[in-house]
Amino acid sequence: MSTLLEVSGVSVSFDGFKAINNLSFQIGNAEMRAIIGPNGAGKTTFMDIVTGKTRPNEGRVIWGEKSVSLLKMSEAQIARAGVGRKFQRPTVFEDQSVFDNLLMALKKQRGPLSVLLYRKSEEDTAKVQELAAEIGLVDQLPRKSGELSHGQKQWLEIGMLLAQDPRLLLVDEPAAGMTPEEREHTTSILVEAAKTRAVVVVEHDMEFVRRLNCKVTVLHEGSVLAEGSLDHVTSNQDVIDVYLGR
Amino acid sequence: MRKSLFARNPSVLIFLTCLALFTLGVTVLSEAFGTDMISTSFVKTLGKTLCLCLIALAMDLVWGYTGILSLGHFAFFGLGGYMIGMWLMYERTRDIIVTSMANNPIPPTDSEVVAAIGNQIFGVVGSSDFPLIWGFSHSLTLQLILVVAVPGLLALIFGWLAFRSRVTGVYLSILTQAMTLALALYLFQNDSGLRGNNGLSGLQNLPGLDDVPQSVVSIWFLWASALALGLGYIFAAWVVSGKFGSVLRGIRDDEARVRFLGYSVEGYKLFIFTVTAIISAIAGALYYPQAGIINPAEIAPIASIYLAVWVAIGGRGRLYGAVIGAAFVSLVSTWFTGGQVPSIPLGFYTIDWVDWWQVVLGLSFVLVTLFAPKGIGGLFDLISGRTSPNRHGQDLGPGAGSLQEQEAES
Ligand SMILES: Nc1ncnc2c1ncn2[C@@H]1O[C@H](COP(=O)(O)OP(=O)(O)OP(=O)(O)O)[C@@H](O)[C@H]1O
Ligand SMILES: [Mg+2]
Repeated sequence: MSTLLEVSGVSVSFDGFKAINNLSFQIGNAEMRAIIGPNGAGKTTFMDIVTGKTRPNEGRVIWGEKSVSLLKMSEAQIARAGVGRKFQRPTVFEDQSVFDNLLMALKKQRGPLSVLLYRKSEEDTAKVQELAAEIGLVDQLPRKSGELSHGQKQWLEIGMLLAQDPRLLLVDEPAAGMTPEEREHTTSILVEAAKTRAVVVVEHDMEFVRRLNCKVTVLHEGSVLAEGSLDHVTSNQDVIDVYLGR
Repeated sequence: MRKSLFARNPSVLIFLTCLALFTLGVTVLSEAFGTDMISTSFVKTLGKTLCLCLIALAMDLVWGYTGILSLGHFAFFGLGGYMIGMWLMYERTRDIIVTSMANNPIPPTDSEVVAAIGNQIFGVVGSSDFPLIWGFSHSLTLQLILVVAVPGLLALIFGWLAFRSRVTGVYLSILTQAMTLALALYLFQNDSGLRGNNGLSGLQNLPGLDDVPQSVVSIWFLWASALALGLGYIFAAWVVSGKFGSVLRGIRDDEARVRFLGYSVEGYKLFIFTVTAIISAIAGALYYPQAGIINPAEIAPIASIYLAVWVAIGGRGRLYGAVIGAAFVSLVSTWFTGGQVPSIPLGFYTIDWVDWWQVVLGLSFVLVTLFAPKGIGGLFDLISGRTSPNRHGQDLGPGAGSLQEQEAES
């Protein structure tokens, strides 16, 4: 399996505090990966680095077949290259309808002029409908997204992510604040997505991770502590120490 | 199915109808038409007000929709005025010089005429040579191009520098204030080439149209201003109605999120900043021929702050709100500062509205910001019954009905 994203030897410090310490990570096309780790382990910061929000002090972040470095690209360029991101706190555009949120995310030309001259085609409307069906929000399309429930906002954000049609999805705590049924639905959306693209899921909930049924990377104090199947990492003594010794 | 712009925005059609009726009404009641119910000077005030509505529209696009609180758009307005003023002043002075020299025994050469014009225009600043920037002032076409090009270029360069370094919020506002202040201070200098604090004057006289009375000219400008406002409104409605509008509002509400969707936020900001600068410049180019005079005080920082106040009072984030705010506040302001409002004697103190109007305006700005953030435009929501719940903040729990932070607190 070819590598899609390769992070190697990356370190970041905030005012002397090393949030990420010599971290290396790889993921291939069409792979699902869960990242777990205690609070403050650097999971969100890792996503910040890949998406260009935070610049590492050292290390490399290499992307795709052409092995381009993401470190020289802006957030928007990285997103256009095919990295989509869901934030820890659901961030949708609350004053706009669910439809407009999805339409904005739909993979299309992103330049100001082409967006200004953009005319919504039947095809795009159908695509949005299809996505809405996938995330279970068909009935909510005309509503303002600010009126949605917390779980629905999480889905909308996942829907926006899928609309971007990225090659790599970075999903930060997608199940936080969801009811058990909602969690199940979220799992199936992610598993479905991982059939055609790489998906990285950060999650605290072990039950959720178990259902994803994928390779797990454990982060601790900014570096990888263990990697492997969930059973493998949870039987690792270091991991047990970190989780119980807190 | 795709619907036309008008079908999607009924307010556009309503607005255009009101604007047309207004223009027609003023025309019919004007001195030029013969009814003489509205004085020429008041027609000019109304025409100028339409121009202010146009720049308010620009301000609403850049601030109300995109969230960039620019406090410098009057710099572009003023520059537009200066650009058209240069041609008006040059041509008009040339007409006068040529007429007066026509009686000379020897016909004047071209260079003599130009020298005489220079002497006439720049005498007040102790000079008689044409500065380089007047190079195109003999041509209406070229100056009209400059009306758009000069402010547009300034906005482009300024915006590029500011947005590229991700200056946002209050820092950007301060930066725009600095820009307009710097421009005003530069123009105040006598050797700026634009007659220092004297500014350009006599702009109400259209060259070659001496026979046309001001009453008629004022109506022409009223029409032109109304046309510009109408077109500006349609353009603005078009810009904000589609996906572009979605992106602008997205930038206003959460610009980082827009970036992660792959939109280059800086590019969009630069685009809207420059486009609104050009709209402002066109508004200025129509305003100053009606005002008759332009000087650097017009682009003092306070002017742009007033612009923000108009839009806030009218209701930002909706186009008609900006127009209503600008029209309402500037007309009331003219009324108060014009000395027509009787002073209130309190015995120990007399409230003179010319001075106290500023205080009233400031106070109403504060009150509107605190208690009616939707401004005057919000009244239309009451009529149309549009009372959408305004749910922001974090949810307190799963499920569609859960309260959100702010709701729970209140
Ligand atoms: N911008 C920043 N400035 C300073 N410190 C930061 C910044 N961002 C993150 N940190 C610190 O870096 C560490 C890692 O934070 P991060 O948000 O990546 O943790 P996390 O693994 O996502 O935790 P959680 O499970 O709570 O979301 C934390 O100690 C945090 O306080
Ligand atoms: Mg986190």
